[in-house]
Amino acid sequence: MLDILKYQRAGQPRASTGKGAIEIDQVAITFGQGAEAHRAVEATSLKILPGEFVCILGPSGCGKSTLLNAIAGYVAPSAGEVRVDGAKVEKPGPDRGMVFQQYSLLPWKTVYENVAFGPRMAGKSRTEAGSIANTFLGMVGLRKFGSRYPAELSGGMQQRVGIARALANYPSVLLMDEPFGALDAQTRLMMQESLLEIWQKFGTTVVFVTHDVDEAVFLADRVLIMSAAPGRVIEDLKIGLPRPRSTDMAAQPDYIRARQHCLEVIRAESRRAFAEQNA
Amino acid sequence: MQANTVLSGPAAAPDPDPAEMHDAGPPPAPVPRRRRILPKGWAGQAGLMALSLLAGLAIWQMGSSQGWNLYVNFANIPSPGQVGTSMLHNLGASEFYVHLGVSIQRVLVSFALAVIVGVPVGLLMARSRVFRAMAMPYIEILRPIPAVAWIPLAILMWPTEESSIVFITFLGAVFPIVLNTLHGARQTPEVLVRAALSLGASRLDVFRHVILPAALPSVSAGLAVGMGVAWFSLLAGEIISGQYGIGYFTWDAYSMVRTPDIVLGMLAIGLLGTASTAAVNALTAPLLKWQKRTR
Ligand SMILES: Nc1ncnc2c1ncn2[C@@H]1O[C@H](COP(=O)(O)OP(=O)(O)OP(=O)(O)O)[C@@H](O)[C@H]1O
Ligand SMILES: [Mg+2]
Repeated sequence: MLDILKYQRAGQPRASTGKGAIEIDQVAITFGQGAEAHRAVEATSLKILPGEFVCILGPSGCGKSTLLNAIAGYVAPSAGEVRVDGAKVEKPGPDRGMVFQQYSLLPWKTVYENVAFGPRMAGKSRTEAGSIANTFLGMVGLRKFGSRYPAELSGGMQQRVGIARALANYPSVLLMDEPFGALDAQTRLMMQESLLEIWQKFGTTVVFVTHDVDEAVFLADRVLIMSAAPGRVIEDLKIGLPRPRSTDMAAQPDYIRARQHCLEVIRAESRRAFAEQNA
Repeated sequence: MQANTVLSGPAAAPDPDPAEMHDAGPPPAPVPRRRRILPKGWAGQAGLMALSLLAGLAIWQMGSSQGWNLYVNFANIPSPGQVGTSMLHNLGASEFYVHLGVSIQRVLVSFALAVIVGVPVGLLMARSRVFRAMAMPYIEILRPIPAVAWIPLAILMWPTEESSIVFITFLGAVFPIVLNTLHGARQTPEVLVRAALSLGASRLDVFRHVILPAALPSVSAGLAVGMGVAWFSLLAGEIISGQYGIGYFTWDAYSMVRTPDIVLGMLAIGLLGTASTAAVNALTAPLLKWQKRTR
């Protein structure tokens, strides 16, 4: 309750907790062994600053989720390592909140219990966890729905609960794997705007995976474009659009230029991948 | 339903008979309504059940009173009346309740043990490859052995007759519980486990908050099956050994040629089996209430 107020006050126009630096150091990820071996991520190195909003853009199957899962600690890199604030990532933890593309709320817990789950796991008392849950549910506009079960909510609402749940642990990094991929265009736009608002308040580092160029340019400070499989970062583009962002920026020359550039890189890459496949 | 909406105009009111609807000839051809065999709802169902039972009783009565011998011999089968008399007699005697009580107690103890052992073993097998590899051969070898086949060994193994009967009953209940729990727990979507881990859950928390609830629908099905098999195994045990229990009562009635008591014992067993399965379902239902809303 108090923590969140502190963040809000500090966060004008944009907070940073000073935490949430991510270093990806020569990370390569291979699934399977021997003849079955399949390289999902090619040796990749990059640094993400505390509080930065980074979008990872790339074609389907290029290894975006795999890279994100390595930061989350779900998959171990076959080579290299991931460090968050200097500490090597070895397993999932509450310092790295995760929002999934699929529905991932616990269906047997109410919305409220789902959001209170993280604080409870962190050893907070029932009442304390409850008030945190209410705060975050309020922030995503769903306090009224606390006593519902996830299945009773629409897809967009469930995803908002997912965001509230991830934030309720005050993570230094928020990892999002195509979180709005399944939503319709209007809901998606609304979700993007409210995500930016929340991020401005919290100053968490966000790594956001998408294959939608517009989404990436609209949201990000930095867009990382990945090659076709096996994935590696082939472009690191800074998006200089002012904050707070609004949808009418889509008409600005900077926006159009950034978008154009992304599309060109992607087109060149798919042409290259196609030629390689046919060679 | 549909026909009613189509014909809601004044010409068709009130609720026309299907035959008349054609005569009235409104433009959209009405869907002819199928005649209901049953009056709607609960009363109709119950009535039909009672009717079916009565018919069964009548056939039974005829078969035994006329001594039908159509390869299957009804001549020695007691009539419903005789069974009724036996029932009144036994329900008035305290010994019958002792038999019932002993059987119920045995089932409860064995079933409770089977749940305490079966659910954790199933969960562990689902989440640990090592444990699964170690436990699976035992399950695969022991599971197909019917309760009756265990009896000689059980009597040799266990110090008291009581403990050997409980053991046999336990064996009957535990396998369906383990296998259903295992199956249910393996269905847990990995994304839920990951979500919990990222929220700071420990391995034990994951079991408690994710894997167990995910397995619960399947676990509760396993409990219901396990309860049925428990009765089955218990009776096998009671027939061979023991001096109390409804299985003993039934078998003793056979040895002493008290045929109406045989049927009474059988009916009691059937009733107890049904009631205990219903009780298991009723007890697990509140744990599954989140599921109803999903559908
Ligand atoms: N657990 C796994 N075992 C084996 N192969 C895997 C595993 N997870 C991912 N892969 C493979 O790694 C490659 C990259 O997968 P990944 O899910 O990271 O792609 P993605 O970029 O997220 O694609 P999408 O946009 O469709 O989500 C794919 O070829 C996939 O089949
Ligand atoms: Mg993916």
